[in-house]
Amino acid sequence: MSRILREIAHVRTGDKGDISQIAVIALREEDYPLLLSSVTPKRVAAHLAGLSPRLIRRYDLPMLGAVNLVLEGALRGGVTRSLSLDAHGKTLGAQLLDLPVVPR
Amino acid sequence: MTRSSVRIGAGAGFSGDRIEPALDLIEHGGLDYLAFECLAERTIGLAQAARMQDPKAGFDPLLESRMRRALPLAAPRGVRIITNMGAANTRAAAAKVTQIARELGPSGYRTAAVTGDDVLDLVRAGDYPLIDREGTSRDLGESIVSANAYLGAAGIVQALEQGADTVITGRVCDPALFLAPLIHELGWASDNWDLLGQGTVVGHLLECAGQVCGGYFADPGVKDVPDLARLGFPYADVARDGSAVLGKLEGSGGRLDRMTVKEQLLYEILDPAAYWQADVCADFRQVRIVQEAPDRVSVSGGKGQAAPDTLKVSIAYHDGYIGEGQISYAGPGAVARGRLGIEIVRERLRMVGAKLEELRCDLIGMDAVDQRGMAGDPAEVRVRITGRSADEASATAIGAEVEALYTNGPMGGGGVTRSTRRVLAVASCLLPRDLVQPRVTMEVA
Repeated sequence: MSRILREIAHVRTGDKGDISQIAVIALREEDYPLLLSSVTPKRVAAHLAGLSPRLIRRYDLPMLGAVNLVLEGALRGGVTRSLSLDAHGKTLGAQLLDLPVVPR
Repeated sequence: MTRSSVRIGAGAGFSGDRIEPALDLIEHGGLDYLAFECLAERTIGLAQAARMQDPKAGFDPLLESRMRRALPLAAPRGVRIITNMGAANTRAAAAKVTQIARELGPSGYRTAAVTGDDVLDLVRAGDYPLIDREGTSRDLGESIVSANAYLGAAGIVQALEQGADTVITGRVCDPALFLAPLIHELGWASDNWDLLGQGTVVGHLLECAGQVCGGYFADPGVKDVPDLARLGFPYADVARDGSAVLGKLEGSGGRLDRMTVKEQLLYEILDPAAYWQADVCADFRQVRIVQEAPDRVSVSGGKGQAAPDTLKVSIAYHDGYIGEGQISYAGPGAVARGRLGIEIVRERLRMVGAKLEELRCDLIGMDAVDQRGMAGDPAEVRVRITGRSADEASATAIGAEVEALYTNGPMGGGGVTRSTRRVLAVASCLLPRDLVQPRVTMEVA
């Protein structure tokens, strides 16, 4: 059975206006390359298929063994206008944890 | 006159935060400063609305209860307090603190109000492009309730120079609450961008209080955190070169390690190379995080570039009404009955002519927050129907139609709740920074 992201990384989710931000951090340094190959904007968009962000950017932080995902336009107008139950999108990072891990 | 290091604690990470961890830090933390960060994006707009009802209101509703407990502990220990609990009425908040100081003892207690963040008149008179959507500030017209610039550390530093024991602000950049005492005590220049960048890293790590000590972190079996009911709040010892060691009180709950610090470092950051603040554009890419001892983590390597020549302004404005209704279904067929309920309410809202700009229907337990499209039948679902309208009656019709499912809808619906609320939304623009000047007023008990 293939491994999932939860076995190699931990996540923290935040928001800024209509932008959701998910930090994905490798649990072990040696798994950072696997994290980079697994957590691509394209795969994240496909996994969170119910979201329709305008754009997903990924910032790499090799010194921290982390990437920062920035999902623009993901929060339906942002926390103050959104009709979503989770207007901040705080649950999104946890939903990424069953993303299958793939080597490059 | 400058010292070799300063110890700053975090007393709150949001307006409703626990008070005990802050009091513990004051009593046992050997602090020089304690900062309470209590101002979320919409808070000032809500506070401004309260101030329009009562000219003495408009500051954080918990300011009085917090300060009644914190001030008598902090004053004799020389722990200076910095907080943005002033919200929309910083002067009234400072007057309240002075009144508490008079009642509870410490004579000569100095409370400063840092104002200047209220730029409502400027924004109303001008026409500024919104930075998070199409349009300009003028398009929001009469619906604007408040406009506040994110000030930097300068006003707080000035208040500390004038000997303030407590400094109350309205809107400032959250890390500035922590950066200001570093600038004041460690003699940092206002254009030493690397030091200000590293100070911003420290402020950013502390500003959410318990979150860096294992709050918002636990995932049982994978990331366990001990004793979250007694979660400790963090403090940092910051040296003149900006290097910092984070700690929490012995015996407090939580955990402070490289994992918790990394998560907090990246929390609500967009481009880690350019974290824009009023005082500096901070760069988090080279930050080094080292576990020095149990629950002791050193942080260094934050950098910075010149501060922007504009300040971000947060504009709160009325944006119609949101109505909502919820009802639960359980047992075999629950999902189908929930979907039928949704269809009925949609049709009813059309029939009664509700004028809705947007309608959203969820089955909580299936698809309300989940974005992965998971299959499978849950044991229960909760229908949630919510919509926006310029018109209060149309918004209220949503809850009414959900409630009517009791006797007119599918079998076995239970636990209806309904609400209608006026929406206070937030937009942002930029103002040239020379239009915005902090002002300090001091009150002495």
